[in-house]
Amino acid sequence: MATIAFPQPEVRQPSRATLVLRYLRRNKSLSVGLLILLFLVAFTVIGLLTINPKEAYPLAVRAKQPPSVTYPFGTDFFGRNLYAAMVIGMWQTALIGVLAGGLGTLIGVVLGFTSAYFGGILDATVKGICQILTPIPIFLIQVVIAGSIDRRSVTIYTMALIVVLLAWMGPTLVIRSQVLSMKERQFVSVAKLSGVGDMGIIFGEILPNLLPFIAASFVTQVFVSVYASFYLAVVGLGPLREPLLGNIIWGAQLQGAFFNGWWWWPITPAVAMVLILGSLALVNMGLDELANPRVRRSE
Amino acid sequence: MSIKKVLQRLGFLLLVIWAASTITFFIPRLSSRNPIRERFAELARTGGFSPADLEIIIAAYSAKFGIDRPLLEQYASYMGSIARFDLGISLHKYPKTVWELIMEALPWTIGLLLVTTILSFVIGNLLGAVAAWPRSPGWLRAFATPFVLLQGVPPVLLGVLLLFFIGFRLKLLPLGGAYSIGRVPQWDWPSFLDLLKHQILPAVSLIFGSMGAWVLSMRGMGVTIQGEDYVNFAEHKGLSGYTIFKDYYLRNALLPQVTGFALALGTVFTSAIVAEQIFSLPGVGSVLNDAIRANDFMVIYGIVLFITITVASLMVLVELIYPLLDPRIRH
Repeated sequence: MATIAFPQPEVRQPSRATLVLRYLRRNKSLSVGLLILLFLVAFTVIGLLTINPKEAYPLAVRAKQPPSVTYPFGTDFFGRNLYAAMVIGMWQTALIGVLAGGLGTLIGVVLGFTSAYFGGILDATVKGICQILTPIPIFLIQVVIAGSIDRRSVTIYTMALIVVLLAWMGPTLVIRSQVLSMKERQFVSVAKLSGVGDMGIIFGEILPNLLPFIAASFVTQVFVSVYASFYLAVVGLGPLREPLLGNIIWGAQLQGAFFNGWWWWPITPAVAMVLILGSLALVNMGLDELANPRVRRSE
Repeated sequence: MSIKKVLQRLGFLLLVIWAASTITFFIPRLSSRNPIRERFAELARTGGFSPADLEIIIAAYSAKFGIDRPLLEQYASYMGSIARFDLGISLHKYPKTVWELIMEALPWTIGLLLVTTILSFVIGNLLGAVAAWPRSPGWLRAFATPFVLLQGVPPVLLGVLLLFFIGFRLKLLPLGGAYSIGRVPQWDWPSFLDLLKHQILPAVSLIFGSMGAWVLSMRGMGVTIQGEDYVNFAEHKGLSGYTIFKDYYLRNALLPQVTGFALALGTVFTSAIVAEQIFSLPGVGSVLNDAIRANDFMVIYGIVLFITITVASLMVLVELIYPLLDPRIRH
């Protein structure tokens, strides 16, 4: 009797890239957000390679020109090439976002970990400060700080610092609550019983498990920082010389751009900002789902 | 609710007010800027008085405003004046007090904020609830998706876009200001319509700008409630879909949103301030903007303090009202 040779079904684990792609297809807000972000990064990088950075500053080109082939986004009242200004402005926005977001998350991680893990007076202080500051609109305090600084010495970096000064509370509270629940888990108790030290537990046991949360709160922080610095710039508290997107809108508003028919002046930075903040919100939401599967129920 | 709890919350409110006023007192004094010197230097550029006179004037005014006294003494008198609702005198619109400036502008801001906040809360929560309700038609459920994107967009940007499309391109609505140029506002019908026309775009941008958060959080809330036993029970009793939606589902999902509402108040005020600037509307926001432009520090700090106290008080108020809405919470 002839034996029938069944073809051995080959079980192949799909490659990492395929898995990531499959996940992205499921998590629509993450993928759409990332796509828009990618587009913005490409715009900025290509822009930085092609523009003359001098044209992003006043008195560089002919003023008040509508969009044309030479000036794709037109030029403004002060004689800035808006295309160059947009590229530099996007780059500076990204810089503020990443700097302030990174710093805020770092402070949050350190404070959240130490206060939740060690407890005691430190924890009570951190919690108390956060509780008292919660009802105070942060933007207004930022206005006081930014308003007290000599306007001429405000730079992109001071902006980032002003934002960080009050923006560490969010990540601190998130990380704190996560560490509080994490340190009661069994694997931490087991590690403790096996004689692992505090540092070993923090870095070896708890931190790796919190990485998705830290990533998510980093993105939230970038979003918050970009939002805050944009608001400060829109009311005229930004570094006035720099072509920060909020500054461009502030200048356009000050000169009555719509009344005078220079529609292209405020509209380009506004659209860019919508794309930046919208994509960050989408990525934020997508990461939230990745870090916290319970959220998936709401989809 | 016990008296003790009420007192505790009021104590907390005092603590917040103390923190806010301490921040607005110390931060400016940490910086090297001297508002009085800057103001007079500005005047000296336009009018002619000699530098020697300038120093004398500055010294005299510093004494008058008490800036030459020791820091702690200043702090004590500052706290005392805040307790008397005295926010100081405007440096730029002297001799108007900051309190007068705020009170003149406040009705505008309150009018805009009240309407937009209530509308966005109601519409946003209804949309969110409908989006999570399993029996609503598919197109309604999909309607919530764009709000994920919208939730990240500040009302100011919506304002700029609306101004462009509706004000500039279609010329349907005015580009800014509270009245048409040249109109003297009166208590009559055409004036009112004109005013209303100028408030539409700011209102729409504020409503849509803050609605996204309500839609999304309500949708999340709604999904959790669907699995609850009492909803299942109501369905098995054969109650109509509308009754279940209204009495069992919406009412319960709405409760946490009230807390969210209190927490969102700060953002609401911030958005309004910035929106007033874009639409050149009168209001507390434009007073703040003018003050920023003119380096009128007393006004900046006064407004910051005023809004902070308002927001904190409203938050505590919502917290105190909450047990009336949710009988499960008896402090």
